[in-house]
Amino acid sequence: MIKIENLVKAFGAKRAVDGISFAVERGEVVGFLGPNGSGKSTTMRMITGYYAPTAGKVSVGGYDVVDSPLQAKRLIGYLPENAAAYTDMSVHGFLEFAAGLRGLAGDAKRKAVARAVERCFLSSVLHQSIDTLSKGYKHRTCLAQALIHDPEVLILDEPTDGLDPNQKHEIRNLIRELGRTKAVVFSTHILEEVDAACTRAIIIDRGRIVAQGTPDELGRPLDEVFRRITIPDTVNK
Amino acid sequence: MRNIWVIAKRELGSYFSSPVAYVFLVIFLLLTGFFTFTAGQFFERGEASLAAFFGWHPWLYLVLVPAVGMRLWAEERRAGTIELLLTMPITPWEAIVGKFLASWIFLGLALALTFPVVITVNVLGSPDNGMIFAGYLGSLFLAGAYLALTCMTSAMTRNQVVAFILAVVACLFLILAGFSPVTDLMVRWASPAFVDTVAAFSVVTHFDGFQKGVIDTRDLFYFLSVIGFALFATSIILRNR
Ligand SMILES: Nc1ncnc2c1ncn2[C@@H]1O[C@H](COP(=O)(O)OP(=O)(O)OP(=O)(O)O)[C@@H](O)[C@H]1O
Ligand SMILES: [Mg+2]
Repeated sequence: MIKIENLVKAFGAKRAVDGISFAVERGEVVGFLGPNGSGKSTTMRMITGYYAPTAGKVSVGGYDVVDSPLQAKRLIGYLPENAAAYTDMSVHGFLEFAAGLRGLAGDAKRKAVARAVERCFLSSVLHQSIDTLSKGYKHRTCLAQALIHDPEVLILDEPTDGLDPNQKHEIRNLIRELGRTKAVVFSTHILEEVDAACTRAIIIDRGRIVAQGTPDELGRPLDEVFRRITIPDTVNK
Repeated sequence: MRNIWVIAKRELGSYFSSPVAYVFLVIFLLLTGFFTFTAGQFFERGEASLAAFFGWHPWLYLVLVPAVGMRLWAEERRAGTIELLLTMPITPWEAIVGKFLASWIFLGLALALTFPVVITVNVLGSPDNGMIFAGYLGSLFLAGAYLALTCMTSAMTRNQVVAFILAVVACLFLILAGFSPVTDLMVRWASPAFVDTVAAFSVVTHFDGFQKGVIDTRDLFYFLSVIGFALFATSIILRNR
């Protein structure tokens, strides 16, 4: 579903993403790991068409994100890193707005909103204004927006950031369940989530893939593996 | 089309979800009232026309329109919602036009609420209502031109105050290019042909016709070009964000 070839993003002289290639098929949940500033969010922004790649190709469901952005974007549900939402709207209004932009109307829209609300446990705050929500609820509202059209591809940038332990658990289960029928890429700093939800993990460091494989292939304990691959280089420099 | 409406509806909703919109409407009406009746000497003129009303609009809009439009893109950038909006399956044009239309409708509403002056002038005398209609139409296009420029400056920054100031400066240029004290100064050192060319870019020159009751396609074309150009520039700025 997602195919990335030699993707590069340069900000001035700095290459935030430096020649990344990978593919994600339906039925896979790929955990995207890496230290702060390694280029995870930048890669996801290129997949979703927010940043134009400096070089390389991204295609989603066979559609090139640069050449046919609308077709590609229709297939994607995206939770941005900051989980931004229109703070002057209510949760319900915001989800209806997202559904509207996804081309849903009438009964289909009502059902889509109801399903997203149920999946992200938002019914208690449905008519509350988003700027009065706690951080975790804000995050879940933005996640609900990403799920609203039941997309085939999910790009989730730190979906469990700011959630309480119960919610982390619920969202991990949700991701695993969604991953059976969809292609999911999510980034995280919590290594146990890789075990809990991923079929595969990709570790990147300074814009390059340094390791990938199933959690078993990467070795255990995962956090030691992670430190071994990502820190020594930085220290030696 | 549908997407444009979805975006415009949200934008309009966000105007009215805070008291700022109502405060703005009140200020707008107070200022038009002040300029028309006090500064414009509406009654002392003793004529049944709205010249005192429309004459001030290029100056009045200089602050009011940027105040309405400054948040359009700057706020999206500050809050990060622009990332959400531009990764939706819509074209950037739909987003730009949707937001522009919402603010234009809001300004149109503010303008429509000045209807008591039309009633007043009709009660006091027998004005040329066709002329008044042309004045309103011109005023709406004038607001549209300023608003499109404000969209453009708003897309440049995440700071609404910066967007406001840049917009005021841009609109001021469009006024001064054809403002008679300025053009009178310019003829001293530039050829009249040059001064006329510069003045042709001014909103004042093109708004004049409407105030006299003439709906000239060239004036309409001018305002539509300014709007089209500024929105096009907005799309370029957003693409290179
Ligand atoms: N718009 C931008 N302009 C300039 N540099 C940028 C921009 N966006 C990202 N960068 C740089 O690119 C690099 C990668 O950033 P990115 O946000 O992708 O990291 P990340 O892996 O998501 O980190 P984190 O774990 O902290 O979220 C960083 O060095 C960052 O400073
Ligand atoms: Mg990130």
